[in-house]
Amino acid sequence: MLERLHSKKPLQLAIGFLVGICFGFLLQRGGVTHYDVLMGQLLLTDWTVVKVMLSGILTGMIGVYLLRIQGLAQIHPKSGSIGSTVIGGLIFGVGFAILGYCPGTIAGAAGQGSLDAFAVGVPGIIFGTWIYANIYPHLNRILKFGEFGQVTFPDLLNLEPKVVVAVAALIILDVLLALEFLAPR
Amino acid sequence: MSGSPTQTKIGIGATLATAILLLLCVSSTGHATEPTPEAITTLGWWQSIWCMQRWSPYASGIGIGILSWLTFLLSNKAIGVSTAYARTSGMIDKWIEGPQVEEKEYYREYAPKVDWGWMLVAGLFVGAFLSAYLSGDFKIEVVPSLWETHFGDNPFLRLLATFVGGTILGIGARWADGCTSGHGISGTLQLIVSSWIAVMCFLVGGIVTAHLMVHLF
Repeated sequence: MLERLHSKKPLQLAIGFLVGICFGFLLQRGGVTHYDVLMGQLLLTDWTVVKVMLSGILTGMIGVYLLRIQGLAQIHPKSGSIGSTVIGGLIFGVGFAILGYCPGTIAGAAGQGSLDAFAVGVPGIIFGTWIYANIYPHLNRILKFGEFGQVTFPDLLNLEPKVVVAVAALIILDVLLALEFLAPR
Repeated sequence: MSGSPTQTKIGIGATLATAILLLLCVSSTGHATEPTPEAITTLGWWQSIWCMQRWSPYASGIGIGILSWLTFLLSNKAIGVSTAYARTSGMIDKWIEGPQVEEKEYYREYAPKVDWGWMLVAGLFVGAFLSAYLSGDFKIEVVPSLWETHFGDNPFLRLLATFVGGTILGIGARWADGCTSGHGISGTLQLIVSSWIAVMCFLVGGIVTAHLMVHLF
């Protein structure tokens, strides 16, 4: 049933588009397509971004792991390494601060009329990914440095996924409560 | 994988998605300007929600979390954004240099074509436009106000930074194999170790750079 749904190509493209519309709507209404809000997070004066992300992670995690127990969803672990995840992540962070948007929120910013995002930022990211595609064949050794494989926290800790989900949910809730108390904005 | 419980669950998911869209359409009578508080009180609660410029960050986050259930269920995919930029760069490269571009090692892994994730980013643009238009938040702007506070109102400086920052961001997103969506929401919610490490690096790199920029310039 689900496999048949997943294999219908045109229908899947339509689902992707509809999900995107909802995603863009939610990001824009949450305020995180605004430069001021994103940069405010990096300057630690506005905690909206972390609140959106943590409540999304909390909700998503519980639902996706419940679906998985029912056999309705699969986890898609990404592999990582120091050379790829840490170095790439730090490069991303530098770009994030200079640009003031990330790849998802900039598409939303473009939609809400931010011309810096629409006219220059989006082409800039596309140019960056093109540079990466061209240097990629030479990065093999760096990307493989310090691999940690396709690991999830339940694998790493050798615990039942539901135990890890419950503990992670409690930690995230506590962080959100603390944030609400310390940083109402 | 057949039987009624599965079908019911898919039905519920599809209905939810349709209901959200229907509500959106019904209330999209258009509010190009921000409605006055009096106007909001005369609207039904469902309409005033669509006209509000900001929702609580928790409402937005919970909505995104629910959306991720739907993508796992309906598409067996996690929300991710940055591959769409890489595919687009390949499409443009192919248009300029010809079909041999598809033979480049990276574009063999990420084919330069429109896929589910690419449609998601196209939808994201449309959804943000709808949201901003309905609430009166749509505004043509080149220099954001916080940028102006710290770095002045020169639009060329802002656009230069946007291009340079965007380029670095694009390289970093593909280098780390994901961005604030693919790692930051989808990877973390699946409890993937590399995604949590990636998010920490995004934030450390971003926070340090942002503070350096503000203090040096």
